[in-house]
Parts: sequence; structure tokens; C-alpha cells
Amino acid sequence: MEELREGLLEILEEMHPDTDMASCKGLVQDKILDSFDIITLITRIREAFDVVVPADRIVPENFNSLDALTKLVDRLLEEE
Amino acid sequence: MLFTSYGFLLFLAVVLILYYGLPRRFQWPLLLIASYVFYGASGIGNLCYILATTLATGLLACKMQDVSDAQSKWLKGKGKEASREERKAYKQRMKKKRWRLLLLCLAVDVGMLAVVKYTGFAVSNLNVLIKALGSGRQLTFFDIALPMGISFYVFQAVGYGIDVYRGKYRAEENLFRFALFVSFFPQLIQGPISRFDQLSPSLFAPHKFQTRTISLGLQRVLWGFFKKLVVADRLIGAVGMLTKDTQTYEGCWVVVGMFLYAVELYADFTGGIDITIGIAQAMGITVQENFIRPYFSKSVKEYWNRWHISMGSWFTDYIFYPVSVCKPMLDLSSFSRKHLGEQAGRRAPVYASCFLVWAATGIWHGAGWNFLVWGLSNCAVLLVSQELEPLYRNFHERFQVAGTFGWRLFGVARTCFILCCLRTFDCYRDVPLTFRMLGSVLTSWNWGELFSPGRILELGLSWADYGVVLLGILLMLGVSLWQRKGSVRGQIAQKPYWVRFALWLSLFFMVIVWGSYGIGYEASQFIYNQF
Repeated sequence: MEELREGLLEILEEMHPDTDMASCKGLVQDKILDSFDIITLITRIREAFDVVVPADRIVPENFNSLDALTKLVDRLLEEE
Repeated sequence: MLFTSYGFLLFLAVVLILYYGLPRRFQWPLLLIASYVFYGASGIGNLCYILATTLATGLLACKMQDVSDAQSKWLKGKGKEASREERKAYKQRMKKKRWRLLLLCLAVDVGMLAVVKYTGFAVSNLNVLIKALGSGRQLTFFDIALPMGISFYVFQAVGYGIDVYRGKYRAEENLFRFALFVSFFPQLIQGPISRFDQLSPSLFAPHKFQTRTISLGLQRVLWGFFKKLVVADRLIGAVGMLTKDTQTYEGCWVVVGMFLYAVELYADFTGGIDITIGIAQAMGITVQENFIRPYFSKSVKEYWNRWHISMGSWFTDYIFYPVSVCKPMLDLSSFSRKHLGEQAGRRAPVYASCFLVWAATGIWHGAGWNFLVWGLSNCAVLLVSQELEPLYRNFHERFQVAGTFGWRLFGVARTCFILCCLRTFDCYRDVPLTFRMLGSVLTSWNWGELFSPGRILELGLSWADYGVVLLGILLMLGVSLWQRKGSVRGQIAQKPYWVRFALWLSLFFMVIVWGSYGIGYEASQFIYNQF
């Protein structure tokens, strides 16, 4: 889980170097991540963890923070 | 049966009396019967389409649910002893089964919509192509009358099918209850496009007779009638004249037409939705809002989050995201990033999905090139403004105007102007003609005609009509401003009895006195009925 979190943090920080991705709780809500970012993020997650985030999981609650995103990807890996 | 016809008012009164008069367990079955009577009144043949959609989607969704249940049972039982690979393979097999059922469901629903709505358009374009290739032969086709509201209820049913496939909620086992979800008469012909999990709790619940709920619902219906009968229907003739007689009404008249059409469309569509939500509310049923003061939007993107919300969210949930994250699109993104750079990889899937969504949105509105171009123009505006984002940021860093009233007002005016221009494709219904008419605003400099009373009155509106329209606009604007502090009807309900009474009675008499109806009046279609 910790490894997954670190990997996701690296991707997020690469996309938005000026934002404190580890502590931000409103990435979608505060419009830090837009639809371009969400799709880029899903592409990068697929490349890094070999898991595809399905369309029905693309809801703000799953992308609002690093923790929420980690839980989502962890669940998806579990479901694989 | 149109909302603004006498027949509908009588129908509604009978339904409401029976709804609260009968034992509560009969409320939803009564609504189902009423909905089929309502839809059957638009043509008995139309019932075949809604029945086909209901049966196909309802039954196939139940089959999908059976597959999901079998999967859960296996995973909790035999699956526990299976290896990880075996479980994965089993889940894949079951997913494939559900996928096939969903494809069948989409083939029936979307196929039927495509045949009745787009065959004529496709055949006429093929004929143009055949002629251009030098052949004298032409394809013939039967022009099928478009069943009222088909685009709305098919989308609602398709959304339900996809949600059941995704496991968002369980399929409705009672086919009659599902039939009511598809056919619920207040929203049947112009939406909103509801989601099953949002609408069903209040749709199937028994509702007590509550004076407050009924009066709040009927107040909203009255407000809807005001917008439709007093404002929208008053402008139909003038807008029709401005957009049909294109030789006479060029230059400044195009701008007048754009403005009047913006008012007509707003009053017509939001008025219709007010009637829908109000009727549902009078029955204790919650239908989602479809507009949040859209003309106050400061950008086109914001406008599309506030106008026809149920359609926008439908396209986002069922087309934009699924297309954006499908395997070929993710491959395209990875490929573009590797070979063309980070920014290209970021843009490629979103651009392609946006293009597809807006082409679909355009063609959903009607089978015509003008609608397609309208949709793609919206897409272009949205993507260009997205690209200009860094420029806006620099501007706002340099000039601290972002929060000022003047800047917000400028944003609203700019958005309204852009949308008015885009809507001309809808007004003139012909792409080259639309470009010619927009061009004439710059080439035919005839603004002086606006100050000639004779020309203004030629549009079929008297000075009194202009006065009523202006009053209607001011009232709609005032209500929108008031709404920002919360529900207007809720705030009025806090006022002393005589103030409430005077307000609602005034609105009632405005509809009676200024509404476009009476002897010789034929109830006008709501603009969105035809989509």
C-alpha cells in the first residue's frame, strides 16, 4: 500500500509540481485536477500499475486526495 | 397532449384527484396508467416504441442482474476454494456475459432511435452522394414520424441498462415499476433525463395528501406556464419571421433574432421543466433540477454545467469517460506522450472524446448537419478556451479584475453572446445560410432600421407585446437573482398571508390576461419536444 501511495504521489507531483499533493483534500473540488488531468492520470496509472480505472469509478470522491486515489487503485488491484 | 392544452389541464386535475383519492398502494400503478394514456394521446402507434424500449431494457437488465447474482454466489461459495487466476477468469467470463446482454439492450434501444430519427437524414445524404457520383438512381425511404420524446426516454432507459451492467444498483424486478420509470408522464416528452436511483425512491413511495407540497408544486407549475405562455409563445411568430424571411431580415435583424430566440428558448425549456418538476412535486415526487440560472454563466464551460444538466451529465457519464478510458484511447494517450511529448499525450484522448461527445450531442438534438456543426462549434469553443487558460491566468495575475462586478458582468455578456451566435445554427437550420446570415451582420450595416417603429412592428408584435416580453424578462431575471438566496417559493411562503396571496394571484392573472391562448389558439409544441 505504501509503495502504491508513493508511486501515485510521484505521478501527481509530476503533473502538478506546485501543489502539495500529499495533503490536498480537494483536488477535483478545488479544480486542481481537470478532465485532462484525470484522463492523463488514468493513463499513467495503467502504465505504472497495469490496472485500468473503469469509467464508473471516475467520481470526484475517488480523485479528491492522494489517500482516496490510493484506496481506489488498491481496491482495483484487489478486484483483479 | 401538450402541457399547455386544455385537455392536459383536465387530465392533470383528474390524475391528481385520483392520486390522492385512491388508497396509497395504487398511486404508482395509477401513474403508470396515466402515463400511457398521456403518451397514447400523442398517437397510439407511439406506444409500440415505448413498450419496445421498456420490455427490451427491463428484461435484459434483469438477465444482467441474474448473471451478477450468480457471480456473487459463486465467489462466496465455490469461488473461495478457487485460485486467484480461476476467480479472475470466472469474473471475466461473467463480465463478458453481462456485456453481451448490454450490447443487445443498446442495439434495440439505440437502434430503434437511429431508425426513426436518422434514417431519413442518412438516406437523403446518400442520395446526394449517389447523384454526385453521376448515377441517376435514388434510394427511397418511408419517412417515419418521430415519436414524441423518444430521445429522452431512450436515453433514460439506456442509462439504466448501463448502470445495472456496472452494478451501480440492482435491476428492478417488477417490469411495471420499470415501465413507470421510463414513461412517467411529466418528464416523458422533454426530460429531465432521470437516473433510476435518484427518481425511484420517491416515485414508488406512497404519498400523503399535504397541502404545502401540493401548493408548492402548483406554484411552480404556474411559474412555468407564465414563462411558456406569456413569454415564449408570444415570441414564436417574431422569431419564426426573422429566421424564415432571410432576404428581408439581414444584418441587425440577425442580432435581434439571436436575442429573441435566446429569450424564447430559455422561457420555453425552463418553463416546461418548471411544469414537469412542479407536477411531480405536487405528487410528492422529486425530479432533479435541469437548470441552475444558466444565463448567469461566465464561461461556455460553466453554461454547459448549468443548462440541461441531466443531458450533460448523461453524456459525461455514459460517453465521455467510457470513451476517454477505453483501451484504444489510453493506448493513443501513451503513444502520443512517448512520440509527441507530454502535452500531446495529455490532450489526445480528451480532444478525441470531446469531439465524439459534442458530435453526439449535436446529432441528439436533431438529424441535420446544422445540429452537428452546432455541437462541434461548442466543442471548438470549449477546447480553445481550455487552451487559452494560461493566457487568462497571466492576464488575471497582471490585472486584479477577476472578482469585480464589472468583470463578472463582462463574462456573463461574453458567454451569452457566444452562445447566441452558436444557436443561430439551430435558428436557420442550414449551415451555409447560417454563415451567410452571420456574415450579413458585418456586411449589411442597417442598424438604423431598429429605430423605425414601422419595421419593429412588422414582426407581428405590438408595443404592448414588447412591453409584456420586457416585463417577463425582468421578472425572470428578478427571480433568478432572488434564487441565489435559496428557494423563491420557500421565501415567499415566509411572507404574510396577504402578500403571498397577492403575489400568486397576480401571477395567475398575468397568465390569464397575457398568456397566448384562447379562441383560435393552438397549443404550441415545446421546442425540446421535437428533439
